[in-house]
Amino acid sequence: MNNLTKQIGQRLALGVGTLFVVSILIFIGIELLPGDLAQEILGQSATPETVAAFRQELGLDKSPFVRYIDWLGAALQGDFGRSLANGRELSELLSGRLLNTLFLAGFAAIISVPLAILLGLLCAMYRNSWFDRTINTAALTSISLPEFFVAYLLILFLAVQNNVFPALAQVESATSFGDALYRTFLPALTLILVVVAHMMRMTRASIINVLSRPYIEMANLKGLSRWRVIFKHALPNALGPIINVVALNLAYLIVGVVVVEVVFVYPGLGQLLVDSVVKRDIPIVQAVGLFFASTYIVLNLLADILSILTNPRLRHAK
Amino acid sequence: MLVNQLKMIPLSAWFGLVVIFLTAFIALFAPALAPYGETAIVGAQYEPWSDQYWLGTDNLGRDMLSRLIFGARNTVGLALFTTTIAFSLGAFLGILAALKAGWLDMLLSRLIDVLLSVPPLILALMLLAILGPSIPNMVGVIAVIYIAPVFRLARAAAQNIVVLEYVQAAQLRGEGTFWIIRKEVLPNIMSTLIAEFGLRFCFVFLFIAALSFLGLGIQPPTADWGSMVKENATLITFGDYTPLLPAGAIALLAVSINFVVDWMLHKSSGLKD
Amino acid sequence: MTDNTKQLLRIRNLRMAANTANGPLEIIKGIDLDLQPGEVLGLVGESGAGKSTLGLASMGYSRDGCQFTDGVVEFKGRDILGISSKERRALRGCQIAYVAQSAAASFNPAYKLIDQYAEGPLFHGEGNREAAETDAVDLYKQMRLPNPEEIGFRYPHQISGGQLQRAMTAMAMSCRPDLIVFDEPTTALDVTTQIEVLTAIRNIVEEFNTAAIYITHDLAVVAQMADRIMVLKDGQLVEEADTQAMLSDPQESYTKTLWSVRSIEKRKKPLPDAAEKPLLSVKHVDACYGDTQVLHDISFDIYRGRTVAVVGESGSGKSTTAKVICGLLNADKGAIEFEGNQLPNCFKDRTKEDLRHIQFIYQMPDTALNPKQKIKDIIGRPVKFYLGLTGAALEKRVRALMEMIELDPEIFMNRYPDELSGGQKQRVGIARALAAEPDFIICDEVTSALDQLVAEGILKLLMRLQDELNLSYMFITHDLATVRAIADDVIVMQKGKVIEQGETEKMFKPPHHEYTELLLSSVPEMDPDWLSNLQKQRETEVT
Repeated sequence: MNNLTKQIGQRLALGVGTLFVVSILIFIGIELLPGDLAQEILGQSATPETVAAFRQELGLDKSPFVRYIDWLGAALQGDFGRSLANGRELSELLSGRLLNTLFLAGFAAIISVPLAILLGLLCAMYRNSWFDRTINTAALTSISLPEFFVAYLLILFLAVQNNVFPALAQVESATSFGDALYRTFLPALTLILVVVAHMMRMTRASIINVLSRPYIEMANLKGLSRWRVIFKHALPNALGPIINVVALNLAYLIVGVVVVEVVFVYPGLGQLLVDSVVKRDIPIVQAVGLFFASTYIVLNLLADILSILTNPRLRHAK
Repeated sequence: MLVNQLKMIPLSAWFGLVVIFLTAFIALFAPALAPYGETAIVGAQYEPWSDQYWLGTDNLGRDMLSRLIFGARNTVGLALFTTTIAFSLGAFLGILAALKAGWLDMLLSRLIDVLLSVPPLILALMLLAILGPSIPNMVGVIAVIYIAPVFRLARAAAQNIVVLEYVQAAQLRGEGTFWIIRKEVLPNIMSTLIAEFGLRFCFVFLFIAALSFLGLGIQPPTADWGSMVKENATLITFGDYTPLLPAGAIALLAVSINFVVDWMLHKSSGLKD
Repeated sequence: MTDNTKQLLRIRNLRMAANTANGPLEIIKGIDLDLQPGEVLGLVGESGAGKSTLGLASMGYSRDGCQFTDGVVEFKGRDILGISSKERRALRGCQIAYVAQSAAASFNPAYKLIDQYAEGPLFHGEGNREAAETDAVDLYKQMRLPNPEEIGFRYPHQISGGQLQRAMTAMAMSCRPDLIVFDEPTTALDVTTQIEVLTAIRNIVEEFNTAAIYITHDLAVVAQMADRIMVLKDGQLVEEADTQAMLSDPQESYTKTLWSVRSIEKRKKPLPDAAEKPLLSVKHVDACYGDTQVLHDISFDIYRGRTVAVVGESGSGKSTTAKVICGLLNADKGAIEFEGNQLPNCFKDRTKEDLRHIQFIYQMPDTALNPKQKIKDIIGRPVKFYLGLTGAALEKRVRALMEMIELDPEIFMNRYPDELSGGQKQRVGIARALAAEPDFIICDEVTSALDQLVAEGILKLLMRLQDELNLSYMFITHDLATVRAIADDVIVMQKGKVIEQGETEKMFKPPHHEYTELLLSSVPEMDPDWLSNLQKQRETEVT
């Protein structure tokens, strides 16, 4: 037990450490910005006085260290400052979009995770059968397609030529849940197609890896049924790798949202991020970047801890 | 012998190889093949397909087919260039870390861990927000990002070799680090690295396409498959699939590379799978 | 033999093939096998003989990539290749059980031993969980496992290899099968542990009158276990006879070569003069892996032209000592002296000349040679590196070295290691060491990955080279027969300490140190009664 807590403690410390380092890097990003941020925003025509005043407002006159602490402290309380472009309070702007992004990612995840694991399992069990080969080729094709290609294909067939689903995923806070599901169906389907392919391939590989172990041969030689060998002997040992696969793909899903949101003009964080990068609205980029990065790190951390917990060798110390 | 080996290549890999060679051909001879210039405005906006403009014209009245052909050169060329940078640096550092171990390995691995702890697209977007979108910035940013996975793979592959007795024998003989990398390690991980190069190229290629699609990669008026989709996307809502052609070209090439890589991986893993 | 209904297992003209890159390859080429109830059959052969494949085939099982192409496997008069896979599964684990080579890998890490024990009986409908648990404790007791009441409630990784192997035998017994297939069950174990497992297996098989197929490459082991022996080679039967007859009067020449006791004649060397300085001295060396100390005050000398064998079981520190000598592991205390001069601790700080004097021959010929280099480059590199020869001079020297190791340069120079057999690769490894023109060679278990005949050839070659070139060897091994055959001096190690050292002749004569005695007495002998006698002897000693 001691060993286990120690391992988990280490992972947690590492995760927090990484978050910290990443937050510093994101912050330093602005420091690297060529030229003066205030000058940049106000343009060349601004008088030195207005620039100085703006610098003060941004806190640019303080030392980088103090500014970092201020920024992090405020960010932890949910205050990310104001948008440079329109001066709006970011926390307001972000919260609605955050919910939208989580809704879309969650929608895709709920369908894709079980589907991918099931397909991966079936392919591993019937390895090299025509079923396996077909699914594999389809998956390989699917992961090679750019997201926007899949998205536009779906729009072309399901929205333009056959008017089944809306081409633009417009949701507002007043939209009902069922309606939201209908309107976000195409973006969700795009994500599902791409993520299922990745996840299914990885699941298949990790199950095949477990199936090649001597204890599986032993279980077969004990005369157990095929299903018992798979569910009782292979799955518990494949759990750790599968958890890792799921976490990795959920993290991928969160990121994949960016392009899909742009195509479907969906009011989520991803679209906001892209807009802000074009406008170089740095506080928004920082805040959204920090959100995506921390989600990614936390998901990976969670996977690490879960796979430690499911490893019998670690769970039952010598 | 060779004929037998050619016969062993599966259909999907054949398909992949043909597409790759065709793309390379088009990219190399783009100026000779294209009917019009890359940025020349030759007609009205959004002209339909005709004998004059085989694939119609785009949002500014430029010939679609010509831009598609030049796009092969720009998009694929840049992806190849970027991958090569990321790959040579990542592979070299990875092998060095595996061979030297100790503090160098620790330092490099932690740095790479930090790079990998941020999702690539987000990292690229943040860096581009700071640096501003341009082709050199994009190439630099993507190369830095893709050093990380190549480093990981090269390090892991080299670590499997470094522990083998023949490397130990070379070390005990007193051979220098570079001799060992060149003669003992590299030849034994080459097939892994080549497959990885294909895979990474595919990722980088899709990545550049995505960035260009988002308007943050290759900038106009350069013809590029990603931004061509973006520029002409409105046509899709009218049921016209011309804007999907560059996206389809991206997909086709990516699929082809993946088929070839998959076959290579399958072959190097023997008959185990 | 003719009464099919009474006979337990009957295999006729069995043929099996493996899928390879160049199409199917026949690995079992028409084998007949008969087994009566309660009989123990030994399957003997070198690697690649098809022993394991045949053993698994008797359960109607073939590994991935292998298939049955022809023949009949009848169990109790029923063709088990022809029945449905469900019917076959009903037989497996219930009437025919299997004990694998590596128990550590063959127990599922996710479950306690008792769960895995009870799984078979419950699945095959033989009693309930409680009955299975009581039964398990009984069997654990009979297998002489420590704490039989509790050991079942532990996980596989919490138990040592020898104990796991016994627990696996108990598990195979759980449904009281009529036949158990033992697939090299003691190969991965140290000699002292092997004895315990062999005794336990033999007793339990006798107790329940279970028939068994015992697969091994070790003739002395099979002599203890089997009533009858079948010798296989390349998927074909070479010879079959009762154990007694097979040992005393083998018919086929292949069998005779297998049976022949080591034919190496060691030339007795005079003891070194009192005035002679040792070539290499290890002086009071301590060494650690991380925080755990693995070597404690190791001291010994090696003289020119002599062979010193370092013996011990796994974990005794014999390979670690070799690492310290060549500078791969830093000694925390003590020194390594070569011709009276202290060598720097780390190999990186040693001069080219220091490195040249000490060469290494490795255990695994497959990983000792770079598969991407031609033989002439592998052997030529040290020649060029240390002696600076190039061009025609280099090629001449490489040819001379290849002739020394009895490989024809015309045939082998331009080949890659993959095109050579295990023994040939090991010879190239020797040539690479010789190319440096060293005084001292460390041989780390150089014969343990090779089949017996090939190993003997390698040993003879090493002896001849020693005579011709006046080399010193440090011979690391766990095999006492090899020690007796070639060593001038012996060092016995246990748990990182030197237990005993001295001339070979003296070491093999009593009185021994207690541990040396245990080690010596645990090496199986060709006498079929050896295990029984030893068991009796050890029991009387205890009482």
